[in-house]
Amino acid sequence: MKNEGLIYRISGPVVTAINMKAAMYDVVRVGTEGLMGEVIELHGDKAVIQVYEDTSGIRPGEVVVNTGETLSVSLGPGLLTQIYDGIQRPLPTLEKEMGVFLTRGVDADAFDLEKIWTFEPQVAVGDTVTGGQVVGHVQETDTIVHKIMVVPGKGGVVKSIESGDFNVTQTICTFEDGSEMQMLQEWPVRTPRPYQQKYPPVIPLVTGMRILDFLFPLAKGGAAGIPGPFGSGKTVTQQSLAKYSDAQLVVYIGCGERGNEMTEVLDEFPHLIDPNTGKPLMERTVMIANTSNMPVAAREASVYTGITIAEYYRDMGYDVALMADSTSRWAEAMREISSRLEEMPGEEGYPAYLSTRIAEFYERAGRVETLNGEDGSITVIGAVSPPGGDISEPVSQGTLRIVKVFWGLDAGLARQRHFPAINWLNSYSLYPQSLDQWFRDNIAQDFPEIRIELSGLLQIESELQEIVQLVGSDALPVDQQLTLEVARMIREYFLQQNGFHEVDAYCDINLQYKMAKAILAFQESAKAAMASGAQLGDVVNVPSRSDLMRGRLNKGYIDTIDDMVKTMLDEIAATVEDN
Amino acid sequence: MTGKEYRTITDVKGPLVFLNKTEPVAFGEIVSLRLSNGTIKNGQVLDTSDDLVIVQVFEGTAKIDREAGVTFMGDVFKLPVSTDLIGRILDGAGRPRDGGPDIVAEETADIIGAAINPYSRRSPHDFIQTGISAIDCCTSLVRGQKLPIFSASGLPHNDIALQIARQAKLTASDEEFIVVFCAMGITAEEYNFFRADLERTGALENAVLFVNLADDPAVERIITPRLALTAAEYLAFEKDYHVLVIYTDMTNYCDALRQIGAAREEVPGRRGYPGYMYTDLAMLYERAGLVKGKKGSITQFPILTMPGDDITHPIPDLSGYITEGQIVISRELHQAGIYPPINVLPSLSRLMGSCIGEKTTREDHKSVSDQMYAAYAQGRELRGLVAIVGEDALNERDKQLLEFSGVFEDKFLRQSRYEDRSIEETLDLCWTLMSSIDTKYLVRLDQKWIDKYHPDNRE
Repeated sequence: MKNEGLIYRISGPVVTAINMKAAMYDVVRVGTEGLMGEVIELHGDKAVIQVYEDTSGIRPGEVVVNTGETLSVSLGPGLLTQIYDGIQRPLPTLEKEMGVFLTRGVDADAFDLEKIWTFEPQVAVGDTVTGGQVVGHVQETDTIVHKIMVVPGKGGVVKSIESGDFNVTQTICTFEDGSEMQMLQEWPVRTPRPYQQKYPPVIPLVTGMRILDFLFPLAKGGAAGIPGPFGSGKTVTQQSLAKYSDAQLVVYIGCGERGNEMTEVLDEFPHLIDPNTGKPLMERTVMIANTSNMPVAAREASVYTGITIAEYYRDMGYDVALMADSTSRWAEAMREISSRLEEMPGEEGYPAYLSTRIAEFYERAGRVETLNGEDGSITVIGAVSPPGGDISEPVSQGTLRIVKVFWGLDAGLARQRHFPAINWLNSYSLYPQSLDQWFRDNIAQDFPEIRIELSGLLQIESELQEIVQLVGSDALPVDQQLTLEVARMIREYFLQQNGFHEVDAYCDINLQYKMAKAILAFQESAKAAMASGAQLGDVVNVPSRSDLMRGRLNKGYIDTIDDMVKTMLDEIAATVEDN
Repeated sequence: MTGKEYRTITDVKGPLVFLNKTEPVAFGEIVSLRLSNGTIKNGQVLDTSDDLVIVQVFEGTAKIDREAGVTFMGDVFKLPVSTDLIGRILDGAGRPRDGGPDIVAEETADIIGAAINPYSRRSPHDFIQTGISAIDCCTSLVRGQKLPIFSASGLPHNDIALQIARQAKLTASDEEFIVVFCAMGITAEEYNFFRADLERTGALENAVLFVNLADDPAVERIITPRLALTAAEYLAFEKDYHVLVIYTDMTNYCDALRQIGAAREEVPGRRGYPGYMYTDLAMLYERAGLVKGKKGSITQFPILTMPGDDITHPIPDLSGYITEGQIVISRELHQAGIYPPINVLPSLSRLMGSCIGEKTTREDHKSVSDQMYAAYAQGRELRGLVAIVGEDALNERDKQLLEFSGVFEDKFLRQSRYEDRSIEETLDLCWTLMSSIDTKYLVRLDQKWIDKYHPDNRE
């Protein structure tokens, strides 16, 4: 058989070719327009292909050409700041080629192959280098040094090494065995890039969101799932994480979501400043946008494209955060393809291998020792969109089995305009144990204890609320009424955070600690004052407490909060004398 | 290939016709079927191979036998488009229904429509004033948005849609909307109601109607919204019009989709709807928006009736994941005699933040909207409590909030079908109503707006 076959059948995005030599996951060109596709099943002499572009108008009998390659991404300097579709075609280039509507059959380089980069060698002639080892540096953006690594599995004794200005396809290094190396390399998306070993996660990914950092922390190299019904703020949460988390690089995958929302991100990101480096956020970001009406097979590929790019930067020793919004759309793409293949379905029509695929994807997260001995990590944060908000469905369940952090978004909270609408009663993080030492060493010795105290108060509140629902709050004893008041303060002052407010959107972890302490200080002093005869009403209504609470919206709060707490405590103490 | 007629039908099942021994037929190609009695039916290729072609017949398969002649037209489904469409009424397959001449095409457009490159979109930010307080204040509509009405049988969603079509305008300019109205499986009575209203107000001259009624072929409903959106795209992106697309009822559309899926013996997803329904709906809803370099816009108002008033039913659920918010109609409010019975609590406009404020509506809009919403939500919650413990058990704040929730429904929500409130009037009304609550409980209002707009502080 040859590398060329003929189309036998077309059913939506699935095309069957006959008389073609093919192996699984080979990339093929389908029809006279050369649409890109991938072999996903073999039946005798028939190869089943999922096509990444619209197939209307294609006829049986048209030619199919097997490229013999697997679906790969291009890796090299120039990736950062790019905006790709699901198969790594840059959207701005597509706009130039096709206009505002996406037509088909257009190929585009992942980044500018002609652009000149200044290559600084890090090895000398005669050195022996192996796969993953760094041979040179390129300053890709102001903040990111792009390390040019030997492709895993390749290497040898350096025969010559260049220095100076080159584009990504020019040879920068040759080896004694005659092989050459360029800055550009390809890697198949469905194969995880190798590393030496995985480390336990002991450093938190600081997000600047109080409820996440304080109550449900995520580790660098960890994986988190955010399930929630529509309108509960999944996308806003993901975007906040992309903007403010202290990862060095961010890969943001808009997978099967809204076009207008993606546009908002594309408009906004170039104007935002990274609070950790003071540089434009775009300089540390790669975006992948495959909206809900773009071809479904490319949506399936988009998460793999994203995570492979993330792994490439991890291998340079960076901490990468990857947001996938939404993994449910990815799962649905698998379901759609699977149903076209007439596979026997598992739960709710999803293919039986759904949970395996989900697990494999999240397993590509982790903090590792890279092949070149550096520390790098990928933190994966996947949004899940369960139908009707019911997380008993297969995608949510498949995700929860594998991730260690669950941030459960709640429609009820969203309706009360409590944002981020993360339910503090059913969310969890399994990382505190491994992260507590970091918090003790870097923030405060009693950080874990404060966390336990806050979540304990919220727990008690939920129990008291059940009684209040029946008898009203006035019927409770005053100490319990105070507990309710403290819990309300936790919710409104600490847990609520305005993702759109210029100051409140990002909260420094040290400030988070101070705010938590302030709440507990209020509780303590109020208890003391009431024990000495002060009235609950007077204590909770001291004007300095609302000043303290509103203060978080002002710049420089971290410098003023201590004084404000002191004023509040003085005023509360004074309520005793008033009586 | 066009012109060659095949008589090779093997099976007919539901809306599908299976035939073999054809020459290569393109995926998505349109098909003409000639019955022995001379009737012509139209269809589209759903699956094609050397051995077997599956055709979905729009007009239903009644009277089709194995002798029927099948001709493949050599092209995918296209709609002739021109500005002459404006003022016309077409049927669900794009043929004139008003007795007028055929549309003379300026060009023909593929009805599937290509996806807009996300990079080429423009962010929507022009506030559309609908004149309905609940929408303007709490779920503001933006030009280029897709905002569905989640309703249920027996509720006045049609009146609301018409009122929006009548009153929608930009505050910044007097540009008018072209209304593209797309009926899918609605009753003749409902259609007449829409048509009469559009005619009476003169809006019909600025509208294009695509009509597939309840007794028209169900499968045709699959293409009706695509025709409507293709016309809308032409008018918006080729002719610079601002287009408001109203389609009703999406539930009928989804049921037709399910019918085809069942006939093809596909593996069903939830409640028998096909697993690809999300993608299919996205192919419609995502055709809203604005694009770089074009003046026009497409704003969508899909109407769907939630079976059993259930918002978690796959149709509203999948829609909600694609659209930029939703306006929820409440049976409870309707039965209380309130029009428009919009329940603002589960309603949402995701793009609201980008279209309100000093430059477009008024500086206090966000603050007022948040406070109205919060006070009403708390008031509604208290109703449940009062039912158990009685009103006497409430403290002063709760009493005020409880009372406010009634006033909110009676004075703020309630307005007549022809009452067109400007955004200024709506916001002033909010302040008047909120003044029944002690200012110290209005914690979401910025002090500077209280100083400026609270009735106590005005003159």
